[in-house]
Amino acid sequence: MMRGGGHTGGLPEIFALVVAVLLPPVLQATGQDYYIGFATRVLIFALAATSLNFVVGSGGMVSFGHAAFFGGGAYVVAFLMQAGIVSGWLAWPLAALAAAVAGTAIGALSLRTHGVYFIMITLAFAQMVYYSIVSLQVAGGDDGLSLAQRSALAPFDLADDATLYWVTLAVLAACLGLLRRLERAPFGRVLAGLRDNELRMAALGYPVERIKLVCFVAGAAVAGLAGALLVNQNGMASPAQLYWTQSGMLLVMAILGGVGQRYGAIVGASVLLGLEEMLGQWSEYPHLLIGLILLGVALWVPHGLAGLGQRRS
Amino acid sequence: MTQLVVEQLLNGLQFGLMLFLIASGLTLVFGIMDMINLAHGSLYMGGAYLGAAAAQASGSFVIGLIAAALGMAALGALLEVLLLRKLYRRDPLIQVLATFALILVSNDLVRLIWGPQPLQLDPPTALAGPFELFGLSYPAYRLLIIAVGLALALALYALVGHTRIGMRVRAGAANRSMAEALGVNVRWLFTGLFALGAALAAVAGTLLGPLLAVEVGMGENILILAFVVIVIGGIGSMRGALVGSLLVGCVDTLGRALLPSLLRIVSPPEVAAHLGPALASVTIYLLMAAVLFWRPQGLFPARV
Repeated sequence: MMRGGGHTGGLPEIFALVVAVLLPPVLQATGQDYYIGFATRVLIFALAATSLNFVVGSGGMVSFGHAAFFGGGAYVVAFLMQAGIVSGWLAWPLAALAAAVAGTAIGALSLRTHGVYFIMITLAFAQMVYYSIVSLQVAGGDDGLSLAQRSALAPFDLADDATLYWVTLAVLAACLGLLRRLERAPFGRVLAGLRDNELRMAALGYPVERIKLVCFVAGAAVAGLAGALLVNQNGMASPAQLYWTQSGMLLVMAILGGVGQRYGAIVGASVLLGLEEMLGQWSEYPHLLIGLILLGVALWVPHGLAGLGQRRS
Repeated sequence: MTQLVVEQLLNGLQFGLMLFLIASGLTLVFGIMDMINLAHGSLYMGGAYLGAAAAQASGSFVIGLIAAALGMAALGALLEVLLLRKLYRRDPLIQVLATFALILVSNDLVRLIWGPQPLQLDPPTALAGPFELFGLSYPAYRLLIIAVGLALALALYALVGHTRIGMRVRAGAANRSMAEALGVNVRWLFTGLFALGAALAAVAGTLLGPLLAVEVGMGENILILAFVVIVIGGIGSMRGALVGSLLVGCVDTLGRALLPSLLRIVSPPEVAAHLGPALASVTIYLLMAAVLFWRPQGLFPARV
């Protein structure tokens, strides 16, 4: 399967970016300020789901423990804030770094297994992270950690919702560009080869496990960064962000949009969170309907929503 | 001290047997149908709710238990025929999506039918008190759970190990296409198996109802434990599920009961109070990681 062309960004992409940049003033002008926060949330989950999409789609590793890195990043920022480190320039990279370190340990152990066992062991490690953090008094236990203020990211004033939105958008765009470059670099071609035939790549002399580990760790680091953004957006790091259902949600976003589709995770995150928001307003049981919609997608749209508009190859 | 250890061992056995009822169904679905079923915990939750509602309505715990088993078996069979059948042989990711969607649906459905409050489920009054056992007093109801669990485990062992149906099940687990080629009607075998798994999960849910809370989300916790069990035991293996369940049940129960006090001996109480619960709740995951590290296929691999 050919993926992506050689171009760096088509007209639709530029158009989407312009719309995204202009969103906050439009929302403010129409008195819908509330939705700036919501849009930020969508972008953050899009980033986290994109990082998972990279691991699952490009790396061929179905990780069911991504919440450990996503929620873990949130906890790192909240924890540093309590320790007096307010600067986002310091705390955010540290969140990504911590997620990368955790990802190295978890990935190195998990990559000894394959298939369903890989799914299960990543899930188990994420649950370990969850239980460890929940039972730690310094991490706030079941209550989590709330943030006294948003990270200081001079010259940007994150206390302003629109600024946080733009910063999030910039981070998302940068990470997308980075991941795309990675996919087109020799490293990405090797990954694609691994997806097709791992044995053959091993026979050709590629260090299979190490390459997959690098992919897993890169995904974890980006998820950690997304977690740093999340804690700034909603003001607290909570155990629910680490629980396995959060990993499931991220995976659902990636699959819903289309695994391996470049913008699949963004589509998935927008649709899922959008449905939650919309249905939550007029029904007490939004997940009943969302679940039914997801079932429909699973049965009839196997390549995800982002795959719908594409030509069949 | 011995009294405490024996009591905790019995608790571990009891929890392990309940885990086995859940994990046995999961491992069959997993091993034979090659299907990741995240919604198995929802069958457990549905069973607990059905059981609690039927017990409240009829005033009899036994009727509740039977209603839960039969009701969930029927529901499980229906689910298999209408939906899951279409998911076998599909991409595992699609199975994850569909069964995760089932969790969302069933949680909201239960909330819709029974409301957000947990349901009350009382143990049978005859078994409310303690039972004297070799000079050791132990809750009679927990003994009943152990008895039922052992009986079902034996019955399941006999069914899978010593009947014609069980032979087909094992053949399917070892090599599905070969079993099909030899004329096993896997279609209805799967439906039957899924219904059986649902009934067992429902029994576990109802039996554990008086001890744990009958509430939305109860399935999500137990599901992960069941996964840990079958990964330790080896996917598709009944013997593995049994050994894994008892191992996880005992390690988890003993860990929670004894680790904090053991820590208190070797470290200051302040540290022990903080570290104890954290360590106790991750012991089974450490166990699983260790097993997978040395035996990546689990203790009793079903496929060779």
